[in-house]
Amino acid sequence: MSFEPKIVGFLCNWCSYTGADLAGTSRMKYLPNVRVVRIMCSGRLDPTFVMKAFSQGADAVLVAGCHPGDCHYQNGNMKTLRRIPLLRRTLAQLGIEPERLRLEWVSASEGERYQSVVNEFVEQVRKLGPLNLELDPSVERAAG
Amino acid sequence: MADEKLRVAMFWGAACGGCDVALLDIHEHILDVIEVADIIFWPCAMDFKFKDVEAMPDEHLDLTFYNGAIRNSENEHIAKLLRQKSKLMAAFGSCSHMGGIPGLGNFHDRKSIFETAYLNTKSTHNPDKVFPRTEFEVPEGKLTLPEIYDTVKTLNQTVPVDYFIPGCPPNPEQIWIVIQAVASGKLPPKGSTVGASDKALCDECPRKKTELKFKQFKRRHLVHPDPEVCFMEQGIVCLGAATRAGCGWRCIQSNMPCRGCYGPLPNARDQGAKMLTAIASHIDSEDPEEVERILDTLPDPAGYFYRFGLPLSLLHRRQRRNA
Amino acid sequence: MPKKIGVYICHCGSNIAGTVDVEAVAEFAKGLGGVTLAKDYKFMCSDPGQDMLKEDIRSSGLDGVVIAACSPLMHELTFRKAALEAGLNPFLVQIANIREQCSWVTEDRALATQKAKALVAGAVARALSHEPLEMRRVEVQPSALIVGGGIAGIQAALDLADAGVQVYMVEREPTIGGHMAMFDKTFPTLDCSACILTPKMTAVGSHPNIQLMAYSEVEEVSGYIGNFRVKVRRKAAYVDHDKCTGCGLCMEKCPYKVDSEFDQGLSKRRAIYVPFPQAVPNKPVIDRDACAYFKKGKCRVCEKVCEPGAIDFEQQDSIEEIETGAIIVSTGFQAMDMTAMPQLGYGKHAEVYSALEFERLNNAAGPTLGKIVTKDGREPTSVAILHCTGSRDENYHRYCSRVCCMYALKYAHLIKEKIPEAAVYQFYIDMRCFGKGYEEFYQRLQEEGVRFIRGKAAQVWSGKEYRAIATDDTGLEVDDAQLVVQAEDTLLGKLVRVPVDMIVLTPAFEARDDAEQVGKAFLLNRGADGFFLEQHPKLAPVSTTNDGVFIAGGCQGPKDIPDTVAQGSAAASKALSLITRREIEIEANTAYIDEELCSGCKNCLDICPYNAIDFDDEKNRAVLNEALCKACGTCAATCPSGAIRARHFADDQIFAEIEGVMSI
Repeated sequence: MSFEPKIVGFLCNWCSYTGADLAGTSRMKYLPNVRVVRIMCSGRLDPTFVMKAFSQGADAVLVAGCHPGDCHYQNGNMKTLRRIPLLRRTLAQLGIEPERLRLEWVSASEGERYQSVVNEFVEQVRKLGPLNLELDPSVERAAG
Repeated sequence: MADEKLRVAMFWGAACGGCDVALLDIHEHILDVIEVADIIFWPCAMDFKFKDVEAMPDEHLDLTFYNGAIRNSENEHIAKLLRQKSKLMAAFGSCSHMGGIPGLGNFHDRKSIFETAYLNTKSTHNPDKVFPRTEFEVPEGKLTLPEIYDTVKTLNQTVPVDYFIPGCPPNPEQIWIVIQAVASGKLPPKGSTVGASDKALCDECPRKKTELKFKQFKRRHLVHPDPEVCFMEQGIVCLGAATRAGCGWRCIQSNMPCRGCYGPLPNARDQGAKMLTAIASHIDSEDPEEVERILDTLPDPAGYFYRFGLPLSLLHRRQRRNA
Repeated sequence: MPKKIGVYICHCGSNIAGTVDVEAVAEFAKGLGGVTLAKDYKFMCSDPGQDMLKEDIRSSGLDGVVIAACSPLMHELTFRKAALEAGLNPFLVQIANIREQCSWVTEDRALATQKAKALVAGAVARALSHEPLEMRRVEVQPSALIVGGGIAGIQAALDLADAGVQVYMVEREPTIGGHMAMFDKTFPTLDCSACILTPKMTAVGSHPNIQLMAYSEVEEVSGYIGNFRVKVRRKAAYVDHDKCTGCGLCMEKCPYKVDSEFDQGLSKRRAIYVPFPQAVPNKPVIDRDACAYFKKGKCRVCEKVCEPGAIDFEQQDSIEEIETGAIIVSTGFQAMDMTAMPQLGYGKHAEVYSALEFERLNNAAGPTLGKIVTKDGREPTSVAILHCTGSRDENYHRYCSRVCCMYALKYAHLIKEKIPEAAVYQFYIDMRCFGKGYEEFYQRLQEEGVRFIRGKAAQVWSGKEYRAIATDDTGLEVDDAQLVVQAEDTLLGKLVRVPVDMIVLTPAFEARDDAEQVGKAFLLNRGADGFFLEQHPKLAPVSTTNDGVFIAGGCQGPKDIPDTVAQGSAAASKALSLITRREIEIEANTAYIDEELCSGCKNCLDICPYNAIDFDDEKNRAVLNEALCKACGTCAATCPSGAIRARHFADDQIFAEIEGVMSI
């Protein structure tokens, strides 16, 4: 059986989540590997969430927001545009391939784009293989 | 507790010894400590044997200050032993609180560290490729050494900890406050961080802050920072905003940015990620290529963000599958 | 006390149940920590479904519910309302989207069921960490500000004022009227623009509920829906309009003339002027740049002739502050500068006109009193109207300007009416005559003998230029005064070159140069085309993402007068429905700064797109103005100290959801 990656998707409410809904209303089929966590704006994406998703065993993380210039909140997505590159560099140093974190702009009208982003990303992560995170379960207890 | 003195222990795990010195840095207060407490076990300062501890009944000790991270079997063994013998266990200093400088070992593993330390450094001459091993036969019998682990852990990842006293090392004034609290029995709920503020270092830092924008990052040793102005505004990464105050801003006074030894704030799960987001959010560009160029001036971001706290962080260590 | 969560898996008929094993998901939910009951039901959104939910909340004392159904964007409000009716705080409801993002997009039943379980687990974990939130109520100022006094703004102002709302209208020019005031006739009915517009302009000027602030600009906008505060710069007119009687003597006597903006430079106006005779307000202003007194320190003729003594050379700009509940931005458009397309010869050849120039040329009140003549006074025997100049063109604007086809037909008709023997050519790509009566108008023009050439004009030469490049084989005879239009007639598949006496361009309808600045002031987004973005292209066409700010007319995109007026009225009605509520509920899930944790690091200050975060220097703390907060959460994701909580999307809640969705 092929490896089925688990991917956490952080989608902004106004564009990408709505775009993902549109893919649904249009009955566009795509791979079921992305579990979506809705946030109001991609600017809400604290890099901690990405770390958290990996620490919970995600093989990859998808972040999607409004296209630059179209942010429902003026420019929240511009913060994301800046955070993701630094996060990818940091993850690389922590032995997590930067390709496992993907940032995409998906508008509310781009159901088809959401479909292809998900399908492509799942295939890409399949090629990367499982992350098989080395994490002692005591870590979370210790933090709690 | 009034009629009987407190029984206190201090032990070092994977540590530099600075914490033990810091305890002495409370100066003449050490005499006050003696008034209220008997030091039962402090191998760095006085002659004790492990068998003395083993011989104690459980919870014989009122309080153990454990400094140092857990990176070998001896650290782990003694941590467990002291936990069993202590009513209260306090992680003392950055290493036991969150891994500290030894925690940087989590960017590597035993094999690569040994190869660097015992083989590859320029000053090492080791033609027979001798590495530390846990057992060695000599005519007199078998010699043993503790086993070094691949992954450095915090104390709390090894045994349950009641109090955390952050700092590399903890500020002596804060140590004295904690000791007074212990002596008076006025301790906060278990699990609390003591001897530190719930606010970030910026709360105490007197430097001027106006507007934060990064066009370029600068490394501290290559510039002469203005001592009156926020380091971040001068392009220098300072972890003060993501780090508990309580240290007495010693580094800042020496014109050095905060490196984060007092650890994350109460509501911040991952100190490095929080610093990362604060810094990245203020990069002065909306062009992805320019953002990358600006980030090129910040080498080793993970090293900045997790200098003291990698083992405590969400990801804990570098993933080796992809090493 | 442990929380009691109820979980409901909706079948949505077969929309969900056809792909997801809903019974299995309900069974799975029963095993999750904190779940008191889990049920599957045919239609949760139906009345019986909601009644069941309400009954369970009451009888089982639920303190959180998870509805696994369609997207939260569909029915979250429905279920929040049901919860509220049953006495449960609406923010304790969590939706798991197992329709749009699961059953409808997944083919395999087992995989869809698995995904649905993960989403339900996430929702349950999140519901366990929810906290009740209170909607906040704020009062709404019973007034509206309208920015821009073109026909969109005029329509909106009158609708609102007639409904009894106090209206402030800010117009940067000395008069309202906008582009429409420049037109002669309007398509397709050919009624006179001035005849239908000026009564409305006068009504704005005299309406007791409208305070007209002409020759003024919005300087700064602060506040929030229902309670905006706006600073308006009243530009110095150097004429005291309270004293001025509008007699016009000053304009007669002023010795200095400059090009009239209103007449597109085809006539002159004085340094003290009203843009056109029907201007509202009909009081002159002095153009500093043209006035001899301001330039050289001498003249003051106007002052000498002004009997009421209204001229005031010492007048200064003043700032007026207004408070308003709603704002309508109707700042209009601009016509593209045709010198950007040098191949069309605008600005180089005298007889190449922009559309607005032609409007003035043809206007009975214009520089030629409505006679269509060349600059040297000849009546043209042939006119070419070039469509899509700058529109539907990869090199300029990709969009269609929507009005050009129709006014091009109008021009053809007007030319034919005034010079029946003139040959009129339309160079077009497609004729877009979509409106009421438009197609009929097109047919009428075809019958009037207008020549339609299906091909976009690529080049315009003067007669001289043409003779220099032309090879003899075309047999085209062109004199110096003529122009030649070259295009490919795509119906014939042939290159055509047509000599004409006059050319009219149809410049693209553009976002104004200052649209970015205006957008920033009112926190409006702009599309790739530069126009302001409506909240939803179909269902919220005049609303914007900045609550309480509406858009109407050309600033939103190219449109004709009927559409502009319709939007003006639509914006007025949206504003009215806001104002008449008197009190509104606003975001409950705003951010919150914990003063005990804030260290005053200032990282959040410039992050908020709505300037909702201020700094209290005395306390050395960031302070959030919740009324301004739109709950995007960007500040919470920036705060390095974890001192800012994004309510309802807080770190612990998102963490819980991540743990949940990753748990299986």
